[in-house]
Amino acid sequence: MEIPVMVGAGLVVIGVGIGIGRIGGSAMDAIARQPEAYGKIQTAMLIAAALIEGIGFAALFAV
Amino acid sequence: MLFVIAFSANAQHEEAHVEETKLSTQDTEKLERKEYIKHHLLDSYSFNLFSYEKDNGETAHVGFPLPIILIDGGLQVFSSSKFHHGETVAENNGNFYKLDHNKIYKTDAAGTIEYDEHHHATNEKPLDFSFTKGAFMILLTCILMFWLFTSLAKSYVKNGGISKGFGRLFEPIVLYIRDDIAIPNIGEKKYKKYMPYLLTIFFFIWFLNMFGLTPFGVNVTGNIAVTVALALLTFLITNFTGTKDYWKHIFDPLGDTLPWFGKIPLYIILIPIELLGIVIKPFSLLIRLYANMQAGHIVLGSLIGLMFFFKSWLGSPMSFGLAFAISLIEVLVALLQAYIFTMLSALYFGFASEEHEHHEESPAH
Amino acid sequence: MEKLLNEFSLGLFFWQSVLFICLLLLLRKFAWKPILNAVNEREEGIKDALASAEAARKEMQNLNADNERILKEARAQRDSLLKEAREMKENIISEAKGEAQAQANKVVEQAQATIQAEKQAAITDLKNQVAELSVGIAEKVVRGELADKNKQIKLVEELLKEVTIS
Repeated sequence: MEIPVMVGAGLVVIGVGIGIGRIGGSAMDAIARQPEAYGKIQTAMLIAAALIEGIGFAALFAV
Repeated sequence: MLFVIAFSANAQHEEAHVEETKLSTQDTEKLERKEYIKHHLLDSYSFNLFSYEKDNGETAHVGFPLPIILIDGGLQVFSSSKFHHGETVAENNGNFYKLDHNKIYKTDAAGTIEYDEHHHATNEKPLDFSFTKGAFMILLTCILMFWLFTSLAKSYVKNGGISKGFGRLFEPIVLYIRDDIAIPNIGEKKYKKYMPYLLTIFFFIWFLNMFGLTPFGVNVTGNIAVTVALALLTFLITNFTGTKDYWKHIFDPLGDTLPWFGKIPLYIILIPIELLGIVIKPFSLLIRLYANMQAGHIVLGSLIGLMFFFKSWLGSPMSFGLAFAISLIEVLVALLQAYIFTMLSALYFGFASEEHEHHEESPAH
Repeated sequence: MEKLLNEFSLGLFFWQSVLFICLLLLLRKFAWKPILNAVNEREEGIKDALASAEAARKEMQNLNADNERILKEARAQRDSLLKEAREMKENIISEAKGEAQAQANKVVEQAQATIQAEKQAAITDLKNQVAELSVGIAEKVVRGELADKNKQIKLVEELLKEVTIS
């Protein structure tokens, strides 16, 4: 496997990490602001995180 | 965990190059462990509980063989004990088979396997429907689930609407799946149709994930074939129960907001994207489950391997502690992955079965 | 990707699909339907029980209100009855009083009338007796006076004098 491909995969993983981190952080903020909407926020968070995670997997398995 | 997959994928490729060169003893040990972890992640033709080295240097395997079923000029059924864990050639009805890298190849009586330049065997591969270790564990899980939940169902009848016995532990989870996964995502009206699938898939994945954490070393949900089968079912159910609105959303997402001649250039791009979305959704499901379970097993295997690698008073306890902590996390991951698979399946079903009443109200949407 | 395809085993896929679909169908028939039905029934039962408890509570409240109303009515009725009785009593008493008064008046009047009559009779009787007595006395006096001739003449003279004067 060539080094550039792996570096690319690594970059994608970094991006995915930042993305999921931001989603999680924003969800925490939202929950802190509106604790009663906990369930809805969690669902939306998981869906968004799952979609981004998919990109990460795609990058890893494309390697 | 994602990182570990990349690491292992990398390691695997390196290995092929390294194998030909001379190896120091430490390197051989490393390779052995890598090989062991890799082997553990894969399906197997026999159920191996553990292996050890006998005094005379032979490796003894404790476990039991499973049936090999091949379609190769008719049905070929024989016990996997004939392979002697890949060491010998198995003969059945005048055909010879040999294991190479956990795959069955048709060979001659001597068991010669020819390799191409990429170190891949070029022998003929018969159609393999063997009842492997994974299939065995699936059967075991099926029997366990069937026993567990039918006994739970019976206890309701016996006790006048109140559950009793071991199955009672799972009643809150059943209710949780109904109230917090199915109803919010699919809707009060239609959730009933999907409940059996959601419940079955949740408990199936969860139980298999938990079995994966036992020392028997079964990595069923971390096997791509299993996750493909599961995601394929979600895919089929989503699209076969799709309402008119669901298909309209795919083939005519803009509706009446644009005249037909305006739609054509847009739809050349939009419809392929929507169609791709149909496939990507279950694909991400199968990859997610596979990758998470695979990664968990790699991490755990590596940490346990580190214990033997360090062989020091500091390193071994440390890696033991790490392995213990990761095991606890893996228990959580086992539940979480089952939850996410069920949740996302329910979400996709919700998309498919949605009736868009609000489209008329807000044409701008 | 290549690794994934390499790992994909048609056999396991086949077994997984077959076993899982069998499990799904079996569990749907023998486990999930009865479990979900039982849970639903139980929830319906709880809902029903709550509703009926609520209804019973309401009925109880109604009953209480009814009781209260009936009690109030009874009390009012009793009051009115008492009032009526009191009025009747007073009426009777006053009537009786009036009648007694009238009777008494009548008796008194009668008595007065009788007394008057008696008095009159007595007076008349007395007058008669007095007249007779005076006549008798006068006769006797006159007889004694007129026994002497001088005196007779004198009297006649006196009388005549009186007559002339008057």
